[in-house]
Amino acid sequence: MSNAIHLHYEVSDEDFTRAGEASGAVKKRLKSLGYNPDAIRRVAIAMYEAEINMVIHADGGYCDVDIYPDRVEILLSDRGPGIPDVEKAMQEGYSTAPDNVRSLGFGAGMGLPNIKKYTDEMRIETTIGVGTNLYLTVRV
Amino acid sequence: MNKYFHSVELEADLCCGCTNCLKHCPTEAIRVHGGKAKILTERCIDCGECIRICPHHAKKAHSSTLDEIKKFKYNVAIPAPALFGQFNRLDNIDIVLTGLKKLGFDDVFEVSRGAELVSEATRKLIKEDKLKKPIISSACPAVVRLIKIRFPELCGNVMPLLAPMEVAAKIARREAVEKTGLDSGEIGIFFITPCPAKVTEAHSPNYADSSEVDGAIAISRIYPELTQAMDHLTEVEQIGHSGLIGIGWATSGGEAAGMLGDRYLAADGIDNVIRVLEELEDEHIRDVDFIELNACSGGCVGGVLTVENPYVAQARIHTLRKYLPVSMNHIDNCDIEDMMWNRELEFDADIFRLDEDIFKAMQMMSEMEEILKELPGLDCGSCGAPTCRAMAEDIVRGKAKETDCIHKLKAKIQNVYDQLKNTI
Repeated sequence: MSNAIHLHYEVSDEDFTRAGEASGAVKKRLKSLGYNPDAIRRVAIAMYEAEINMVIHADGGYCDVDIYPDRVEILLSDRGPGIPDVEKAMQEGYSTAPDNVRSLGFGAGMGLPNIKKYTDEMRIETTIGVGTNLYLTVRV
Repeated sequence: MNKYFHSVELEADLCCGCTNCLKHCPTEAIRVHGGKAKILTERCIDCGECIRICPHHAKKAHSSTLDEIKKFKYNVAIPAPALFGQFNRLDNIDIVLTGLKKLGFDDVFEVSRGAELVSEATRKLIKEDKLKKPIISSACPAVVRLIKIRFPELCGNVMPLLAPMEVAAKIARREAVEKTGLDSGEIGIFFITPCPAKVTEAHSPNYADSSEVDGAIAISRIYPELTQAMDHLTEVEQIGHSGLIGIGWATSGGEAAGMLGDRYLAADGIDNVIRVLEELEDEHIRDVDFIELNACSGGCVGGVLTVENPYVAQARIHTLRKYLPVSMNHIDNCDIEDMMWNRELEFDADIFRLDEDIFKAMQMMSEMEEILKELPGLDCGSCGAPTCRAMAEDIVRGKAKETDCIHKLKAKIQNVYDQLKNTI
């Protein structure tokens, strides 16, 4: 659709401390658009969790964000190991995060469940050894 | 009343149009046009960072003079606790309070007394679980204004209690009326302020239509006269009635310590405050019930209208607090309802959004992204906007043109030059 605002961000795996930059930038833009505050918050949280996941589990990737007047569509794509058991990964508290990131307060197994909670639609395409595409939609 | 009254002003004669204030304004509220800085009043939160940074002293804070107290029949000074950190070897705040009376005030009532009441009221409200957690302190007016214009989702977390200045002013006025029998309007309440944000709050508060404070006098303005008066006291009156909680509000962490618990966080310095608010908004900060935020580094002792180095003042405040009772003011005799805001903090959506109409706003943002691609990305400030992004926004808002960018202009001139050269 031509009236969407398209944004693209590379998510680097080299510097863990930079995770969250893309969601921050999107949040700033949604605020300038005068977007619904609750939708902004849900986009920011869901995208942040997904970005962190990408850095912890998948050596980075990219995200594409399309902003429409009534919704935000987000694709987070990585070339990581893929998720062997999506159902299990969706369970609260289930995590395969290594200890070094757990010590920072991540890896509580709330990533995907939280993303689902804050978005209106969530779809996972994952292939072992190839990567994962996470499609998210947040509606106003 | 002017919706956007500000105490921070520009002295145009002194401004040389440099980019110092432009680059340090946390809300991007300054532009330099025609060689002079201009404040976008709707975006300014009166934090005073531009006053702090300006090497030419072209930014000033409007504050009351001592002469203004003559308009009233009876005057009460209500000094901020930060005032007590400004004096070397001070071991008794009564010396400062008596000094203030020598400057012409009929009475003095410490804001730290109001602070102790606010602390107690907050503890009570937290215990009764009546507030949305985490609760954000409402004491720093620059922070409250910042939330009001930038953080819609957090407006409901701001504690709906009056700041200590306002609580102290209310009680001081009531006591003065009882003591003198004068009309309320004949009594002047003057806050001795460490910062311009409080001057603004005394004039047009965030939480009500008007304030009980009639004027705010900068600490730095009365400091010379006050120290002189303090040096020549023959007798020190016993006026002070504050405990260590109230005095502690002068420094960052003081208000949070008054919660008497450990589920709190205290951040100071406007950039740190913004970072905490961003993280709060994204729900990354958990496990805390109370958040104290001060726009100035070190807390109120770091206000731009103080005279002493904030960290020296902080050390003095710590010394002064020694051996004081924990708190000397209690809410037994006053109503918490009387200390609550009489209106909710409403988000001011118009300040940063591009347009009311989302379709128009999206079109403007697309144009902005296109313009941004053509700008050099140096964020040099030479165009008069703080960043290339702000410049692109100004262009789509019709407030700037692309050739305000000196790098774009240079390329254009080069182009003309090349064409002319070829024709000769």
